[in-house]
Amino acid sequence: MGVSGVSGVSGALRLYAAVAAGGFRRYATYRVATLAGAFTNTVFGFIVAYTYIALWDERPRLGGYDLSQAVTYVWISQALLMTCVLMGGGFEDELIERIRTGAIAVDLYRPADLQLWWLASDLGRAVFHLLGRGIVPLVCGALVFDLTLPASPLVWAAFLVAVTLGVVVSFAIRFLVALSAFWLLDGAGAAQVSWLAGSFFSGLLLPLNVFPGALGEVARALPWCSLLQIPADVLLGRLAGWELTGAYAFQACWALALLGAGRLVQTVATRRVVVQGG
Amino acid sequence: MAEETPPGVAEKALPGMTGRTSSSDAVGRTSSDAAEASEAADATAVADARLPRRGPDPWGPRSSRGAALRDGLRAYGLIVAMWVRSTMAYRASFVMTAFGNFAGSALDFVAILLMFSHVDTLGGYSLPEVAFLYGTSNTAFGLTDLALGSMHRLGGRVRDGTLDTLLLRPVPVLAQVAADRFALRRLGRITQGLLVLGYAVASVDVDWTVLRVLMVPMMVLSGAAIFAAVFVVGAAFQFWAQDASEVQNSFTYGGTTLLQYPPTVFAQDLLRGVTFLVPLAFVNWLPALYVLGREYPLDLPVAVAFLPPVVAAGCCGLAGLAWRTGLRAYRSTGS
Repeated sequence: MGVSGVSGVSGALRLYAAVAAGGFRRYATYRVATLAGAFTNTVFGFIVAYTYIALWDERPRLGGYDLSQAVTYVWISQALLMTCVLMGGGFEDELIERIRTGAIAVDLYRPADLQLWWLASDLGRAVFHLLGRGIVPLVCGALVFDLTLPASPLVWAAFLVAVTLGVVVSFAIRFLVALSAFWLLDGAGAAQVSWLAGSFFSGLLLPLNVFPGALGEVARALPWCSLLQIPADVLLGRLAGWELTGAYAFQACWALALLGAGRLVQTVATRRVVVQGG
Repeated sequence: MAEETPPGVAEKALPGMTGRTSSSDAVGRTSSDAAEASEAADATAVADARLPRRGPDPWGPRSSRGAALRDGLRAYGLIVAMWVRSTMAYRASFVMTAFGNFAGSALDFVAILLMFSHVDTLGGYSLPEVAFLYGTSNTAFGLTDLALGSMHRLGGRVRDGTLDTLLLRPVPVLAQVAADRFALRRLGRITQGLLVLGYAVASVDVDWTVLRVLMVPMMVLSGAAIFAAVFVVGAAFQFWAQDASEVQNSFTYGGTTLLQYPPTVFAQDLLRGVTFLVPLAFVNWLPALYVLGREYPLDLPVAVAFLPPVVAAGCCGLAGLAWRTGLRAYRSTGS
C-alpha cells in the first residue's frame, strides 16, 4: 500500500508526524498513572541498586563495570524500561485485539502503511515515556547514589541515538509478535514469549556482560541487546569512536532485518489470511 | 471494552449467587442456612437497589460479623469456581499461561543463580540461604497473588463505572473485587516458589528442630496474609487515585523482590521502613533469620521471629478499615 491519500513525500512525513504526535499525546493524558509508574520505577531502582552493590562489593569490576557504573546501569534500566518496552506490552496488545476482532480491515483501508503508522505512533509514545518515566527515576537515583553520568552533551546525544535505534528494534520485534495473531488468533502466547525473552535478554535482570560464557555471547548477539545494554554502555562512556559506530551498526542491522521481516509477514498476512469478521 | 472476555459466563453464574439456583448447587452448598442467607440477600438487594449509595456492609447491622464473613467467603468461592470453569474451557491456553507464569517468576531466580555464578556469598548469605528467603517470599506472595491478584482492576472499574454493578449485588464488594477474573494460572508462581523452597530446605545448613520446621508454614501463611493486607489497602487507595494502581506494584511485586534478598544487602533506613511502616520484614525476613540462625537487623529482639501471625492479623484489621473507608468515599462517575 502506498500513501495514495497524501501527495508526495512531504505529505507522508506530515501524516506520520501527526500520528507520532498523537501517540505522544495519548500517553501524556494519563498524568497520575505516569507519576505512579515513575514512583514504581524508582522503588525498583532502589531495590535492584542495593543488590548490585552487594554483588559488586564481592566482585569489584565484574563485567568491566566499577561499582558506580553498575549502579548507574540500574537507574538507566529503570529509565528505559518503558521507553524501550523491555518487558513487552503496549501497542501490540491493541494490534492483536484489532486482528482478533477484525477491526484490522479498517486499518488496511487507510491511506497509510500499517507498519509505518504503528511505528510512528510508537515513537511518539517512546518520546513521552523517556520524558515522563525516564527522567524521574534517573534524577532520584543520581540524588541518592554516586552515579557515573557523562558531563559532555555529545555523549548524551549519542545515548539518545542509541535509545532511538533501541526503540525501533523493540517496535520491530513487537510488530512481528502482533502479526502472529493473523495465524494464531490468540496472540497471548507469542506476547508471553516476547515478554520473557525481553526481560531476560535485554539485560533488565542483570547486565549482559555479566552473563557467563556462551550464554553471554549469545545474549549479546540477540536483538534485545539493542534495547538496554547498548544505550547503557553508550551513556556510561564505554562505547566511543569506532566501537560506537559498530554498536549503531549492530542496532541498525537488527532494526532493518526485523522491520523487513515484519514487512514480509505483513504482505503475506494481508494477501493470504482472511480477516476475521462478524 | 472487550475486557470482559467470558461471553455469557459472568451473566450466567452471577445471578445464581442471589438465590437458590444452579451455581450454589454446583459447589454443593445447599444447606438450609445458606438458603436463609440468600433469602436475606435478596431482601437487602431490593432495599439496596433503591439507595443511591450505600455503606460497605451489605448485611446491615443485625447480622453478626461471623455470618458476614462466611457469606463473603461463600460468594468468593462461587465466583472463583465460575472463573475456574471458564479457564478450564481452554485447557491448552491454561497450561501455556500457567507455564508462562512459572517461567516469568523463575527468571528472578535465574538472575540470582547468575549472580552466584560469580560469587560465593551475597551480603554474607550463601545460595541455599538466599534460596530460602526467595522460596518463602515468592510462595507467600504467590498465594496472595492467586487469591487477590486481580484487585488492581478496581481502579479501572471505578473509572469506567462498572463498580456500580458490583454495589448492586447482594454480595460483599470486597469478595467480588477479590475474585474478579480469578486467574488460576498464578499457580505457576506458587509452584516455582515451592520448588525453590524445597531446594533450600534440603540444602541449607540448619538443624531442623520441630519448632524450626513449623516456622516455615507459619511464615508462608502469615506472609501471604500480610501481602493480602497490602493488596487490600492498595485497592482501597484506588477509590481516590484511580489511575495510580501502579503504585501498588511497588509494595507487592517490589516487596516480594526485596524479600528475596538478604536484609544485609539493604540500607538501614529501607529496613526500618519495611519493619515499622509497611511491615514486610515480618513476611519472611525476621522468622527466616531465626530459622537460619542469623543476626537480626536493627538490633531487634529475637522474639520478633514469632510475631508474624500477630502482625498479619493487625495488618488485615487495618486493611479492612481502609477498605471500608475507601468504599464509603466512593463516588460513582455517573456516566
